[in-house]
Amino acid sequence: MQAIGDWFQRLYETTGLNFSVFYDAYDWGRYLSGLKMTLLLSVTTIVLSLVIGAVGALMQGSPSMLLRLPVNAFVVVFRNTPPLVQLFFFYFGLGTMLPAVEAAGMRVPLLSNVQWAIISLSLFAAAFNVEIFRSGIEAVPRTTIEAAEALGYTRLKAYVHIVLPLAIRVCLPALNNNLVNLLKTTTLAYAIAVPETLYAVKQIWSESQNVLEMMIVLLATYGILVGVLVWLMHRWERAMHIPGYAR
Amino acid sequence: MATSWTPDQPIVQCVDVRKSFGALEVLKGISLSVRKGEVICIIGPSGSGKSTLIRCINALQPISSGSIQIEGIEVSDPRLDKLALRRKVGMVFQQYNLFPHKTALQNVMMAPIHVLGQKRAEVEVRARALMAKVRLAGKEDTYPGELSGGQQQRVAIARSLAMRPDIMLFDEVTAALDPETVKEVLITIRELAEDGMTCILVTHEMNFAREVADHVYFTDRGVIVEHGPPETLFTAAKDERTQQFLSQVL
Repeated sequence: MQAIGDWFQRLYETTGLNFSVFYDAYDWGRYLSGLKMTLLLSVTTIVLSLVIGAVGALMQGSPSMLLRLPVNAFVVVFRNTPPLVQLFFFYFGLGTMLPAVEAAGMRVPLLSNVQWAIISLSLFAAAFNVEIFRSGIEAVPRTTIEAAEALGYTRLKAYVHIVLPLAIRVCLPALNNNLVNLLKTTTLAYAIAVPETLYAVKQIWSESQNVLEMMIVLLATYGILVGVLVWLMHRWERAMHIPGYAR
Repeated sequence: MATSWTPDQPIVQCVDVRKSFGALEVLKGISLSVRKGEVICIIGPSGSGKSTLIRCINALQPISSGSIQIEGIEVSDPRLDKLALRRKVGMVFQQYNLFPHKTALQNVMMAPIHVLGQKRAEVEVRARALMAKVRLAGKEDTYPGELSGGQQQRVAIARSLAMRPDIMLFDEVTAALDPETVKEVLITIRELAEDGMTCILVTHEMNFAREVADHVYFTDRGVIVEHGPPETLFTAAKDERTQQFLSQVL
């Protein structure tokens, strides 16, 4: 580790390229905590958006208008408005209307900016996930479901054992895209001062005067994060591959 | 409901069955009865309502009026216990409709485990025996997409038999197959018939119908035009429409 720090220090002294995060412990700490926040945002919003999306898609397929209507309204609202505006709406609009609570002798908002970012981004991505899951469910041939019915499967059992396993395979590529987008969209939390990677890196470059170098670090960071996510998703896709199916 | 059916009564009894899709009446009063162990074939031109009838028999489609009774269970009863009905009636489709994400053996095992709650080990023994019965021993771990049409159709038959039905419905099960694989499926069905399974077949395989059927029904435009034992129907049809159809297909 020391050798890496020394190398970047020498690089700075000989060329003027200042990658301060790699030799300055203070900058490294700030960068690392930003990265941790980005990971927290990404993982929680991915999980929440998948859960909300799956429930929404099931509700959307229900025969009851009462269940379908709210889901459709939710999808329209969150898909037709910019995510940054949604974030502002939640944080500045709804956030100020909620009562404050006492914590350690101070009055603080009921929900922190991090929590608002998680809620807002999860709902944004979930609206797309609902549609993605629906596309998968609709791609399962009606005749396959009929065969299950003829074997005595109830609607719910057919969903669990036949429709969902097939639907998830159909919609994985689209889901993949949406989750990649979601990971990158977490940078919007910067706008409500959530200390994620973009926020941390911006702090570093305004103090160390190394905008270009930190930009490169920032781009590389997201490139690698998305690369890891895509790799994981592809592994999942391969694991779910059915021999002889959908060639 | 399942009142007092005894095996000497017809196992399937259709009385004046009518079925409409919107303004289009597809079945215009079909009556037929099948006895236990009997093999009947329904033949006729496309669009004559053969498949609709067979789909009504296991309640995949509701009928508009009339009555269908399976072992005394009224299929058109709004409180019909569909599971009870489908344990008695197995169905094989034209397009096999196997579950593509499961192996051949798993396809056969799924319904008894998920629907009937039977023990996996017991079901597996039975499923392997059924795979052998349809001459697919060795193909247990193959996925449907890796099998030929004829092999898939035989898995579908085994899958249906795993539920131990009393009646098997075959809806043009060889219509989507390559000519060379039709035979292997027909052999399987014939063996079933010889074992005493009650079978209702919608088919275009006239020679097969002639060979295995106890009784043949000729349908056209939603009605049964003529029916009788194959030897009379195929050689001495009385109705002009039957004669015309047979002259085209034989």
